Amino acid sequence: MTFFLVSSIIKIVVVFTAIMVGVALLTLAERRICAWMQDRLGPNRVGPQGLLQPAADGLKNFLKEETYPAQADFWTFVLAPALSFTPALLTFAVIPFAAPLPTQWGLVPMVVADLPVGFLYILAISSLGVYGIVLAGWSSNNKYALLGGLRASAQMISYEIAMGMSTVAVLLLAGNVTLSQVIAQQQQGGWFVISLTLAFLVFFISALAETNRLPFDLPEAEGELIAGYHTEYSAMKFSMFYIAEYSNMVTASALMATLFFGGWDIPFTHWDDTGDPSVLKTLLTLVVFCIKTGAFLFTYIWIRWTLPRFRYDQLMALGWKVLLPSTLVYLTIMATVIWYLHGHLGWAYDRPMALTLGAANLVLLVAAVWGLDRGRIVSGSVARRAA
Amino acid sequence: MLQPYLPFLILLAVAAGTAVMMIVLSHFAAPRRPTHAKAAPYESGMPPLGSARERFSIKFYLVAMLFILFDIETVFLIPWGTIFFTGAGTGGPAMGFLLIEMLVFLVILFVGYVYVWKRGALKWD
Repeated sequence: MTFFLVSSIIKIVVVFTAIMVGVALLTLAERRICAWMQDRLGPNRVGPQGLLQPAADGLKNFLKEETYPAQADFWTFVLAPALSFTPALLTFAVIPFAAPLPTQWGLVPMVVADLPVGFLYILAISSLGVYGIVLAGWSSNNKYALLGGLRASAQMISYEIAMGMSTVAVLLLAGNVTLSQVIAQQQQGGWFVISLTLAFLVFFISALAETNRLPFDLPEAEGELIAGYHTEYSAMKFSMFYIAEYSNMVTASALMATLFFGGWDIPFTHWDDTGDPSVLKTLLTLVVFCIKTGAFLFTYIWIRWTLPRFRYDQLMALGWKVLLPSTLVYLTIMATVIWYLHGHLGWAYDRPMALTLGAANLVLLVAAVWGLDRGRIVSGSVARRAA
Repeated sequence: MLQPYLPFLILLAVAAGTAVMMIVLSHFAAPRRPTHAKAAPYESGMPPLGSARERFSIKFYLVAMLFILFDIETVFLIPWGTIFFTGAGTGGPAMGFLLIEMLVFLVILFVGYVYVWKRGALKWD
């Protein structure tokens, strides 16, 4: 018990610090990559390659004057950043980030809290972030903030359905909501991105919408809403919303890596998940996990500077009229295929089954691309208002 | 049995503590010289007209209600998905039975969904 407590506290401190530092570096990475994509230099003056820029920004935000709008609801206004910040940093707790570490006192699983509810915990806690946003928008007593808060909450709850449905497909194959089991199943058969490609695509789109990133960043669309729900926030409270947004991005990327890309699994080898655990395995799998997460974070930033923003009716139509029914149909088809392969032919989840499911997904993907809604459901820029 | 939740509670304390600390520290560290203009709502420099606590579109309520309905359906699907692959092996119902059962559920759900769509609840303009 003492060992469990001590190891847990060490893991908590390390993971918490890693997320905070990672978020700081991510803000810098975003600005540098954005600059690179726009053929500029970006912040490179503070420290080598601008590496100390986040520290300078953080310090500045600490010492800036905070303004409290006269009309604001004071306590809600102060509480909202904390309500947004806390769940954002909690969600990472159930994601395993490396192979178990052997110590002389016993094996330490490399996950902060290996909860039996696993994935459900993430669904539950990440939705709590909506409270911070909607309360921030409402308590500011600013029209733009209110609209931003409403848009954010409507968007987040809409895409949460598609997100939840796409993960049911993962559960079909994994048979367990605990994320370490999800990873074990992928090590055995193959990554779920092969056997559940479309679920991954839906999950990816929903994750973009859930974290309020472009092309779904309508809650803070600068051109329309100033800064959305955090218009009235300044100094450290503004920072807290930013930290929350970026740590949500980190968690979503880590979750995509875990659910669909094998988590800390090293591809093309069983060296990492069979045999005795060793320190080398833990370190290498940690590196692999960081690379996968980093790749998704880069994709986030890349998409931000590639795609234009959706219109709000397009966003809602995409979520409710395209993603939701297509995920339902996809779930039905996949359940039938899995039943045929596993229940009828008696295959276990291994390489051949993963590849067969991958082929089925390819067919569905081609069909989906073929039938892609070309302005029929999600109306284009020239909406059919003439009729 | 509840032991795995202990680290979660500690992490909750750490995260909430950090949040409170950030707010309190910056409250004391930062200068404060409020003026009338600073305390006014920021609306791109225009003098704000009236309160922001106005009526807003009923659509937001409708979306929230639909969300609750469909999110509960998702929650129903999760335990089904969990036992689908391994259910029969561990003494649960057979896979074919589970499949048919869930198809019935999804068809009912889909009828409701089509109704919602046809009534124009998903229309946004």
